[in-house]
Amino acid sequence: MSNKEPLFSTKNKKLLTNPLGSDNPITVQVLGICSALAVTAKLEPAVVMTISVMAVLALANVIVSLIRNTIPSRIRIIVQLVVVAALVILVDQVLKAFAYDVSKQLSVFVGLIITNCIIMGRLEAFALGNKPLPAFLDGIGNAAGYGLILVIVAFFRELLGSGTLYGFKVIPQAFYDMGYQNNGLMILPPMALVVVGIIIWVQRSKDKSLIESN
Amino acid sequence: MKALRKFLDKKKPLFEKGGKFAKLQSTFDAFDTFLFVPDHTSKTGTHIKDAIDLKRTMSVVVLALIPSLLFGMYNIGYQHFLSVGETAALMDMFVYGLIKVLPIIVVSYVVGLGIEFAFAQMRGHAVNEGFLVSGMLIPLVMPVEAPLWMVAVSTAFAVVIGKEVFGGTGMNIWNPALVARAFFFFAYPSKMSGDAVWIAEKADTFSGATPLAHAATLVDANGEIAKSIFEQHLSNAWDMFIGLIPGSIGETSTLAILIGAVILIATGIGSWRIMLSVFVGGYAMGAIFNLIGANPYMELIPAWQHLIMGGFAFGAVFMATDPVSATQTTRGKYIYGFLIGFLAVLIRVMNAGFPEAMMLAILLMNTFAPLIDHYVVQGNVKRRLKRVKVKA
Repeated sequence: MSNKEPLFSTKNKKLLTNPLGSDNPITVQVLGICSALAVTAKLEPAVVMTISVMAVLALANVIVSLIRNTIPSRIRIIVQLVVVAALVILVDQVLKAFAYDVSKQLSVFVGLIITNCIIMGRLEAFALGNKPLPAFLDGIGNAAGYGLILVIVAFFRELLGSGTLYGFKVIPQAFYDMGYQNNGLMILPPMALVVVGIIIWVQRSKDKSLIESN
Repeated sequence: MKALRKFLDKKKPLFEKGGKFAKLQSTFDAFDTFLFVPDHTSKTGTHIKDAIDLKRTMSVVVLALIPSLLFGMYNIGYQHFLSVGETAALMDMFVYGLIKVLPIIVVSYVVGLGIEFAFAQMRGHAVNEGFLVSGMLIPLVMPVEAPLWMVAVSTAFAVVIGKEVFGGTGMNIWNPALVARAFFFFAYPSKMSGDAVWIAEKADTFSGATPLAHAATLVDANGEIAKSIFEQHLSNAWDMFIGLIPGSIGETSTLAILIGAVILIATGIGSWRIMLSVFVGGYAMGAIFNLIGANPYMELIPAWQHLIMGGFAFGAVFMATDPVSATQTTRGKYIYGFLIGFLAVLIRVMNAGFPEAMMLAILLMNTFAPLIDHYVVQGNVKRRLKRVKVKA
């Protein structure tokens, strides 16, 4: 191993930063939409969800990458699922122990991290063909890209839908007295889809290379 | 007129390429063609020459909406004075309604056209006239007590998400005015349902619920109570037909809507196939419910009464027939219309949470319209192929 890469070579940095922008798992790869709709009504669950996904994805990527040469390719999906499921159960238990309220709010969606397409997608597309370190960075990067969108969506949904941010009231009472009302539609899942759509719209009109030609 | 034309011609170079205001070209063009028949001609290929372009089409629809609008204004005054127990002259009622409705119309047009012009400018398109109708439809489907800023937000949402994201007029999959109403309904339910919003400045003791809301309470009522609700609020079908009931501004009067329908059908702009099949569909579902009779709602409301309650007629004539979001094939129009009527009554009766189901039914069928067209066309292709094979 004479040609050892430095930890933050350009290639590795790209693994971290690309998913934030031009290779975002939600807006470009269009993965993990379901949980983006489900947990973004408020900021807090969105943040916790991001951290959970980050933990699961990074570790799963590393583990699968470590054993990538020993997994028979015909049963690789099952192996991946076992790894992810074990990690998800860990995360679930940790949340229940230390953040019970949030765990209640996220309810079934923690368990559903197993089916989060981003995780399977990254395992299949990246971890199976790369060394543990890049796989780890890829996991962190993609989870961060996922989290970025989650937080943006949750920001608008909580602000406009509940008038709060991270549980704190930000829209002054005077507004409500003047007739302002929270937008009830923002709380409903369809609005998350619309907000994600707007983000995709903005992103693609800024970066024309993302527009698919058909 | 001539002076105006001259003035426009003089200013035109300013807005053309290289001119001072070249960026505002589409704004200028919009006003020019609004005032005069456009002088654009196709340079190549075959084209159909017809005096009725998009702007004229839209103007006819707005014309057809006028009876509903005027009656709506009158009815607002009528309901207000009825609720506070005063008698007022006809003109007073009308003027009262006018003052109430005008701000909503202005807000709808200013916000909608503002966004429309901004998008046209940004994309370098000509300004589309689609909003002329939407801007009139939106106020007509709002409750009179709708706060203006909510109307503005709903309109903005409808124009941007309902229309511009798909590429503007002619590309939208849903009727923009209904998107505005649906947004309003789900975002601010307290201002779009209940009994406080349908009558302007009503007395507290007066019940302002719409007939549909009364009808929805029938589901859980039984026997005598149901009968008394029906007797008290729902037996006067004549008032419902004329439109002297609480409801959204333009939807109450079936009579005024029918006048609009005649205008639309006579000029060939609205599809009579859709209108007819919506009414048939609604009647059919109503009749089925009459036969089942599982609860007082199904039992007591005759099938035909569904057609004059709430927004059914308004939706059938002005919303379902929107040429962009409706089906295009003849057979598809019958299917599409029938399902709208059918679903509207179905949702109304089965789900008390959505008394005004016409909006949801139309939006749902808008979504399926391309699918219906697809199968109609494919069916036709198949049939014709078979014919060929038999001969060969």
